[in-house]
Amino acid sequence: MQLLQIQPLPDYLRDQYADLQVDELPEYRELTGVKKVGLGLLGIGSLLLLIALTGFTSEHPWLWFFLTFGLTSIGGLMYILAQLKESPPGIKNNHNFTRSLTARGAAGWLIGVVFTAFYIILYWFPSVFQNWIQMVDPVSRLLRGDPADHWFLYGTFYTFAMLIMGVRMFVRYRHNRYQLIRTASVMFFQLGFAYLIPAFLRLMNQPEFYFSYFWPLKYHYLFPNDVRWLMSQPGGLGVFMVFWGAMLTFVATPVLTYFYGKRWYCSWVCGCGGLAETLGDPWRHLSSKSRLSWKVERNLIYSVLGFIIITTAALWINSATEGRVLGNLSQTFARAYGFFIGAIFSGVIGVGFYPLLGNRVWCRFGCPQAAILGILQKHFSRFRITTNGAQCISCGNCSTYCEMGIDVRMYAQEQQNIIRASCVGCGICAAVCPRGVLKLENGPVDGRY
Amino acid sequence: MFKKRQPHLVIIGNGVAGVTTARHVRRRSDMNITIISAESRYHFSRTALMYIYMGHMRFEDTKPYPDWFWRQNRIDLVHGFVTEIDTDNKCVRLQDGREIAYDKLVIATGSKPNKFGWPGQDLPGVQGLYSLQDLQRLEEYTPHIRHAVIVGGGLIGIELAEMLMSRDIPVTFLVRERYFYDIILPQEEARLISRHILEHGVDLRLSTELKEILPGTDGRVRAVVTSHGEEIACQFVGLTVGVHPNIEVVKNTPIETNRGVLVNEYLETNIPDVYACGDCAEIRAKEPGGRNRIEQLWYTARMQGEALGRILCGEHVAYDRGIWFNSAKFFDLEYQTYGQVSPQPGDDEDSFYWEHPDRKHALRIAYRKPGMQVIGFNAIGIRLRHRVCERWIREGRTLDDVIQRLPEANFDPEFYQRFEAEVARQYAESRHAVAESAVA
Ligand SMILES: Cc1cc2nc3c(=O)[nH]c(=O)nc-3n(C[C@H](O)[C@H](O)[C@H](O)COP(=O)(O)OP(=O)(O)OC[C@H]3O[C@@H](n4cnc5c(N)ncnc54)[C@H](O)[C@@H]3O)c2cc1C
Ligand code: SF4
Repeated sequence: MQLLQIQPLPDYLRDQYADLQVDELPEYRELTGVKKVGLGLLGIGSLLLLIALTGFTSEHPWLWFFLTFGLTSIGGLMYILAQLKESPPGIKNNHNFTRSLTARGAAGWLIGVVFTAFYIILYWFPSVFQNWIQMVDPVSRLLRGDPADHWFLYGTFYTFAMLIMGVRMFVRYRHNRYQLIRTASVMFFQLGFAYLIPAFLRLMNQPEFYFSYFWPLKYHYLFPNDVRWLMSQPGGLGVFMVFWGAMLTFVATPVLTYFYGKRWYCSWVCGCGGLAETLGDPWRHLSSKSRLSWKVERNLIYSVLGFIIITTAALWINSATEGRVLGNLSQTFARAYGFFIGAIFSGVIGVGFYPLLGNRVWCRFGCPQAAILGILQKHFSRFRITTNGAQCISCGNCSTYCEMGIDVRMYAQEQQNIIRASCVGCGICAAVCPRGVLKLENGPVDGRY
Repeated sequence: MFKKRQPHLVIIGNGVAGVTTARHVRRRSDMNITIISAESRYHFSRTALMYIYMGHMRFEDTKPYPDWFWRQNRIDLVHGFVTEIDTDNKCVRLQDGREIAYDKLVIATGSKPNKFGWPGQDLPGVQGLYSLQDLQRLEEYTPHIRHAVIVGGGLIGIELAEMLMSRDIPVTFLVRERYFYDIILPQEEARLISRHILEHGVDLRLSTELKEILPGTDGRVRAVVTSHGEEIACQFVGLTVGVHPNIEVVKNTPIETNRGVLVNEYLETNIPDVYACGDCAEIRAKEPGGRNRIEQLWYTARMQGEALGRILCGEHVAYDRGIWFNSAKFFDLEYQTYGQVSPQPGDDEDSFYWEHPDRKHALRIAYRKPGMQVIGFNAIGIRLRHRVCERWIREGRTLDDVIQRLPEANFDPEFYQRFEAEVARQYAESRHAVAESAVA
């Protein structure tokens, strides 16, 4: 944005401008310099990250850690924070469909390829990242008391990405408290529950447990092996962990979803959702709104849910009968699930394809957790998005910016409440609506539809 | 047995008025329905034009109904321009020579931007913003320009300003009024919004009118001259000084027109089986000597379409737009209004106004003096519930009552700062002051 200086102010405007107290207006101007330096640092950091892949890091891991993670973070933050001074608070969706990065242009494809390659290497060729692992090794030793592995590297990338892009959300939605609090929440759960606490547990020689995940997203938390192993841990913490996991699955899920809808988890706590809402936010408008996608979504997500239920049941039958009934079959199931769903779907496609298919592909088409929460939300919940009388102008912003591909407008223009299994309650539809038509609400179940 | 032949309903114009008519007829009847429109094959949301230019959406995202919807609902779409309505033979003729017979005809041809005969108003680079074609021309003219001038302080003018600013094109905005939109808004709101416009970097010229538009040597617009005699160099001029009914196609037919197509409260024209609705319709005053109404809003076009849909299916209910409401967004400021809030209230009206010191939130509640019955709301930066405000107005609630119950009307997202307590405090103080002055 560019502030136009009227020099000199014509006489006939003096009175009116004085009336409006124009001289007290905050000034906004392009901070091209700061942004360029920021981008420069980001570029140098990324370049060093590439160089680090080829060696050098074992000598001075801390130095390299700061040069890569440090420079990219500082650069990214400079670029993001500069925007505070550039224009007043408000919706910032300009050029989303004309800019290469966010409109499936060359830049978007490039990022998509980089993300996808990252996941493929991470899952199947982690040794390629050996030097990066070296680089985060001192961090790992500090936090966990153990050497780093590729999962720790991944967690570190993940957490950094969410924190930096979370700040971007803060800047972008500084006028919207729902977004600010929600973003702070996902950042908190990622940093605390999915990064620091598991590391600390390990430091204390306890099982590395993620208190913010549970079955069926963290499917093996209810697999017999994990349960038995945790129960056998000395000190009772393991028993608590099993209890905690089961409690989240069987008690918290129905109860919290009844009161708040699935958003209590999907857009406030979950790490996958958290990454989608921060790192993935620039691509939310790319989710498909077609009827076909909706059909694929319903078929796929409930199939995955069925898959994990059958797998879990088979494992328990197997363990109860000591392998006499199913033989190796249940293990094969579990391995297949881990490969196809855990790795390919949630990682490679789920995140790798952010810039091509939108930021919630996994949550929408694959996540069994979302499937369960969705069924509850649709049939046993106080949550709904209400529409404000006849104020809708059918503009389409709500549908376009729905990351779950819900055609929100279809309901809004008919003055109907929106109650969809897939809605994660991110609240962006209500934020982008130029006529104040949508509101996320919890209310009496009667008359919700 | 032969199936009874269904009557053929032909609708000219696929704007919100035309398609809403079609949808409501289809809900109630098996009539054959054809919509003829020239602008685009599929209905799109005119209100979203700005978002296409700013890159928030693509054209296809602005279509309120997916393409399969029309086939599924057996609504035939004809992409073409109607040049002639033949009411004697009950058919319409298209530019490409096609002839389509109708049993019932609906004219929903919308509006056209106004031009007031300024010298230079037809130069290349001078245009209004109404249609998809206008948007295309805007795309052609605005790349690489250094300065734009927008004329006319209404809702489309400010949208056009925001559009151009999104592409870093500096904008001078000529507004005839003392403050932006103060023909509709009371002074306080008009000032608040004027200030907001300035904060967004627009060169806002209040109390300024366009005198003429000057061509350059290339035949395109070079500058404008204002009513203050100033010459402002520019390569683009947006004329957003209102719209008028688009009734070209009705001229030279026996269908009666004035400024728009004249209809009664059942949206019937003087010719049997011919109706009109939306922006192009002019509704005759019920009482002699009253004023005819032309309503040029998305909402009224939609409500007229719905009413006409019912009427065409035999329900004898007059169109009644109910309690007035509207909304807009001025850059980042949302504005909603319900009922009646006059910019210059008459003797029997008054209002209570609250404004946050940040000048981004304001609320006005207008009331009728003797009993202090609430008649209208203006909300800026605060979302109010349509149905609640409407009910309060209909029930004639008093100002006291409404201030007390204000939280019920709040529609802001969760966790937003709430202002009801401050509003109530200021209200109590003002009541107190009134009481004291009465004693004195
Ligand atoms: C940029 C912009 C923003 C707006 N924003 C708002 C808003 O926020 N809120 C609001 O309430 N209102 C808004 N409006 C006004 C609102 O869009 C109109 O009131 C509404 O669209 C009118 O609908 P309609 O169906 O009567 O006419 P239109 O939408 O104009 O549809 C008429 C159609 O008929 C076609 N047509 C005309 N003649 C012929 C012919 N001879 N043959 C074939 N086809 C023909 C036209 O091409 C056009 O497509 C806005 C308008 C504009 C231009
Ligand atoms: S964003 Fe708001 S006005 Fe636009 S279609 Fe959605 S609900 Fe309607």
